[in-house]
Amino acid sequence: MSAMKGKAHTFGDNLNTDYVISGKYKFKTLDMNELAKHVMEDIRPGFYDEIKKGDFVVAGENLGAGSSREQAPLVLKAAGIGAVVARSFARIFYRNCINVGLPVVEVDTSGIEEGDELQVDIAAGVVKNITKGVTLEARPLPPVMMKILSDGGLAEHLKKHGGFALEEE
Amino acid sequence: MGTISEKILSAHAGKEVHAGDICVVPVDFMMSQDGTTGLTIKAFKQMEAQRIANPKKYAIVIDHNSPSPMESVSNIHKEMREFADSQGSLIYDVGEGVCHQLLPEHGHVLPGNVVIGGDSHTCTYGALNVFATGVGSTDLAAALVTGKIWFRVPSTIKFVYDGTLPSGTYSKDVILHMCRTLTASGATYKALEIYGTVIDAMSVDARMTISNMVVEVGAKVGLMACDGRVRDYVRQRTNAPFKGVEASGSAIYDRVIREDLTDLAPQIAKPHQVDNVVDVDEVAGIELDQVFIGTCTNGRLEDLKVASEILAGKSIARNLRLIVAPASRNVLLDAMKEGYIDKLVRAGATVIAPSCGPCVGTCNGVPSNDETVLSTANRNFKGRMGNTRAEIYLSSPATAAYSAMLGHIADVREVQK
Repeated sequence: MSAMKGKAHTFGDNLNTDYVISGKYKFKTLDMNELAKHVMEDIRPGFYDEIKKGDFVVAGENLGAGSSREQAPLVLKAAGIGAVVARSFARIFYRNCINVGLPVVEVDTSGIEEGDELQVDIAAGVVKNITKGVTLEARPLPPVMMKILSDGGLAEHLKKHGGFALEEE
Repeated sequence: MGTISEKILSAHAGKEVHAGDICVVPVDFMMSQDGTTGLTIKAFKQMEAQRIANPKKYAIVIDHNSPSPMESVSNIHKEMREFADSQGSLIYDVGEGVCHQLLPEHGHVLPGNVVIGGDSHTCTYGALNVFATGVGSTDLAAALVTGKIWFRVPSTIKFVYDGTLPSGTYSKDVILHMCRTLTASGATYKALEIYGTVIDAMSVDARMTISNMVVEVGAKVGLMACDGRVRDYVRQRTNAPFKGVEASGSAIYDRVIREDLTDLAPQIAKPHQVDNVVDVDEVAGIELDQVFIGTCTNGRLEDLKVASEILAGKSIARNLRLIVAPASRNVLLDAMKEGYIDKLVRAGATVIAPSCGPCVGTCNGVPSNDETVLSTANRNFKGRMGNTRAEIYLSSPATAAYSAMLGHIADVREVQK
């Protein structure tokens, strides 16, 4: 996995999956490109148009709280988000991101501001804030997660190994 | 040896596991609903799978947008029915009720089981001593294909709620109080074990309200003991054998939180966060436009009972809508038999099909701009009920019914002394 470069779009603590994609839309269709137009609409109307491919969603504590909807990471991916970066994550969202191949980075995001240019290197566990000239060390991805992500998500992992290949013998 | 989570997961993994370990375990029951089944089927196909490993251990439930309000949703529902038919899995169609009422009610989940659901409130069955947790559609599809799921064994926070709940307070007030003290991320990645005289005195229905909402503090599961009440509840619904799981005396906890709830006041969550909780007196008097009683949190028989008793022979306030969604067809039938529905409807309530109702903003009661709603649901996020310009407060069914009568948020202890 090579390093990704993009702009930071910052959000606060407890950004829940209802906010990523509202219930009033997500039950209507399975077309993620269509749903992507409504990403973050309830808290930041027009967000879809702000995103350039490869940009990052940067948040505080407990990113992805609430609903188990896998539409949340899928919609972020479809909208062009390259990775989600937060101080901490809610557990179902964290798993869902990895399962669908959206990289997650757990790092101290307090110094990152809207529009900062970031370089994210998942494999090395490093986030470089190019705008601020600061390098942040991310919490390493658990080995299980790294394995699923590098296989290209859970579906690809299962196909490749013919089942789960995650337990240490 | 260990916590309830460690013991259930060890028994399923076939080896002793402890907090922090990764294990792959067989799943005893699985469920998905109309917001998550579509993506589950997509992931299932992506895995190039043909058959579900154990179709009789999988239930598809049409509850979140039900009956369908529009063509696109109807087509998703149709795809769900076709998938269930082709795989031979169980399906609970329109009108059967909310997934988290149906699984326990139909005896699908047993003490000591591992259960996953494509819905974050799957943790509800923790009240039945089940290691139950919400997962995304891809995790669920993987479990459909393999019969298994992987977990990192969670560490546990133990709660002991001592004392006796005072009049006018219910299990909903207990869990809102927990959200207040622990915050929305206070138990992320962790399991909870919840004990104490307050829990012992509660019905299984009331306990499910608490376990239902542990995800609102980030928890993976909220486990309770398999006591006589749980055993009776399960035995009335299935002949399947089961054995409850207790934590060992030597179990290691992250934290033990002991609290006496004898002086608890009715609790209200204010917009737009579930952990934004205050005592009722801080918000009493706030004018209401809509009250909603129902959901996987509070749409059960005793919830309708208490609401109907408060509203018996009375009327809801002028210009206020009271929407009631029984949690299941059986709850609706029992509530009709007991006369609860009669009392509610005569007081002015609109009773809708057993379903999630307006909780997720799909249909059946979307508030208008600048309206205020009091709901017995588990989430009050901005836009949750379909309108970002509405304010949502959360309470117990008793507080909701009394407030519907007066037209503003009110302290139900005024009539329940």
